[in-house]
Amino acid sequence: MTRLSSCIRVLAVLTLLCAVKPPLVVAGGEGGGRDGALRAPGVSVSGALRVAGPEHTAPTPAASSNHEAPIPALAAARRSGASSWDVRTGGYPERAAPAPEVETTGDQHHAGAQEGEATGDQDHAAGVQQPATGMPGGEDTPWWVWPLSLFVLTFVMGILAALGGVGGGVLYVPIVSGFFPFHLDFVRGAGLLVALSGALAAGPGFLRMNLASLRLAMPVALIASTCAIAGAMVGLSLPTNVTQTALGATILGIVILMITAKKSTFPDVPESDRLSSVLGIYGIYTEASLGRAVNWKVHRTLPGLILFIGIGFAAGMFGLGAGWANVPVLNLVMGAPLKISVATSKFLLSITDTSAAWIYMNQGCVIPMMVVPSLVGIMLGSFIGVRILRVAKPTFVRWIVIVMLLFAGAKAITKGLGLPFIV
Amino acid sequence: MDNQERNPEPGRETMDEKEGPRSSSEDPSIDTGANEEQLLYAKILAVGMYFGLGILLVTFCLYLLGIPGPGVPIEELPRLWTLRAHEYLEAVNHQFLHREELLTGWRWVFVLNRGDYLNFVGIAVLAAVTIVCYMGVLPKLLKKRDWIYAGIAVLEIVILLLAASGVVSVGH
Repeated sequence: MTRLSSCIRVLAVLTLLCAVKPPLVVAGGEGGGRDGALRAPGVSVSGALRVAGPEHTAPTPAASSNHEAPIPALAAARRSGASSWDVRTGGYPERAAPAPEVETTGDQHHAGAQEGEATGDQDHAAGVQQPATGMPGGEDTPWWVWPLSLFVLTFVMGILAALGGVGGGVLYVPIVSGFFPFHLDFVRGAGLLVALSGALAAGPGFLRMNLASLRLAMPVALIASTCAIAGAMVGLSLPTNVTQTALGATILGIVILMITAKKSTFPDVPESDRLSSVLGIYGIYTEASLGRAVNWKVHRTLPGLILFIGIGFAAGMFGLGAGWANVPVLNLVMGAPLKISVATSKFLLSITDTSAAWIYMNQGCVIPMMVVPSLVGIMLGSFIGVRILRVAKPTFVRWIVIVMLLFAGAKAITKGLGLPFIV
Repeated sequence: MDNQERNPEPGRETMDEKEGPRSSSEDPSIDTGANEEQLLYAKILAVGMYFGLGILLVTFCLYLLGIPGPGVPIEELPRLWTLRAHEYLEAVNHQFLHREELLTGWRWVFVLNRGDYLNFVGIAVLAAVTIVCYMGVLPKLLKKRDWIYAGIAVLEIVILLLAASGVVSVGH
């Protein structure tokens, strides 16, 4: 068991290192940029493709205030009044290089900025860091490194999630958005699909075993999925740095919740409330540990449903699976037995995340090269994790998860605020 | 209501953390199984999940093999996935797809001859399976005259269809 724990620890550290290392080289622009500007964190030198982060290159004051510089041509197209991509002006440089020749809007300031000159155009200066010939996504790095890194990371996440009793999404979004070059939009889209797949995989079994309750889930899901749509729309509308900061704060809140929240195997529910009686939310299941059937019912249904407004909103806004909040509300507020809460929560994600996933998908926030390796990795990891669970120390793994979340939450906040981070 | 038939509402029994719930029974004849609509939901969910996952894995393998060729060259992805989603769509459309409109909503179905967009079929199936599940259990709820849950199911179907339709969109 000790050896196993050591292996898990080493795997976690290796994966984090694997995830952390590349962005140090490529993610020149820490954090989210202002809305409406393309980001090209790299800083060009003599037109050569170079990828440099703030750790390597001192950004201009303007750039450091913006964290991510817009790719000049599209920024210019935006300034010239183009609300969308202007084909005539060749709004996007062929290799994301400054490519002054594609700038046909007559904005000489822009061309000047591409040469790295001070233009006096404050708006431009704030938006364009320097000639950005570098590739923020790590073009120096072979493309396959990223999906492969994602696969390895999500595989380990799957193991830790299964052992730590959390869903994959809550680990996926803050860690991948913090340490990979992908934009937060795509990370949230992939995170929702990762959480959705896990819920779809677990749902049928839980429903058949009568551990997940359809009658408990349906009213809750209606509220959560509706609010997840609103959350997704808000999350996609806000500037990236705002969303990233809020994500970090939420993750730190989850950490506090994980540390402080108690769980009750069989909460004391003296009497069903009126609403749950009308809805018929109660049931019976076989408790294997006791070897007998257990009746359950819920109370405080209305406060519970109200709490799911916020949970659904957060799930949609940040692309997180919401198991971290579902379980405490179902278990501690509404009084469902722990097993019923956990299973119903997992099943619930298949509905909540579906609605938000459609919003992200319809907005183009899905890149298969990110989604599929993540999805396969986390499912394989969960499969292995469930087997390891028999011999591992869940408490130890739970603390690993908490530390990872703490780390990722802090990273998200500093990234959103444009502050330096320890790595 | 099937749930009430199978699971009579518990009374004022209290639960005990150490000894377990008092409202429990060792009588093996008690049916602790799921009700009819729950089992149907589980069945549709399982079939849809395996179907969607299978399609996703097959199409991704084809994508990696370049069958059919991708709309966005794979080696170009690292410089595109750092952009905001809308900017990504603009860049992809301008450089590679050259379509009149950006590929938001369901427009990806028009480029299913490209390996990368073929993957969206599996993703869409996974995202749509819940809607099919609700549609599947709705007749059973109506047959039982469980009007409240039938209403909830209808509302959920409407909400999910609204989300899936692309009608609900975000301006950039």
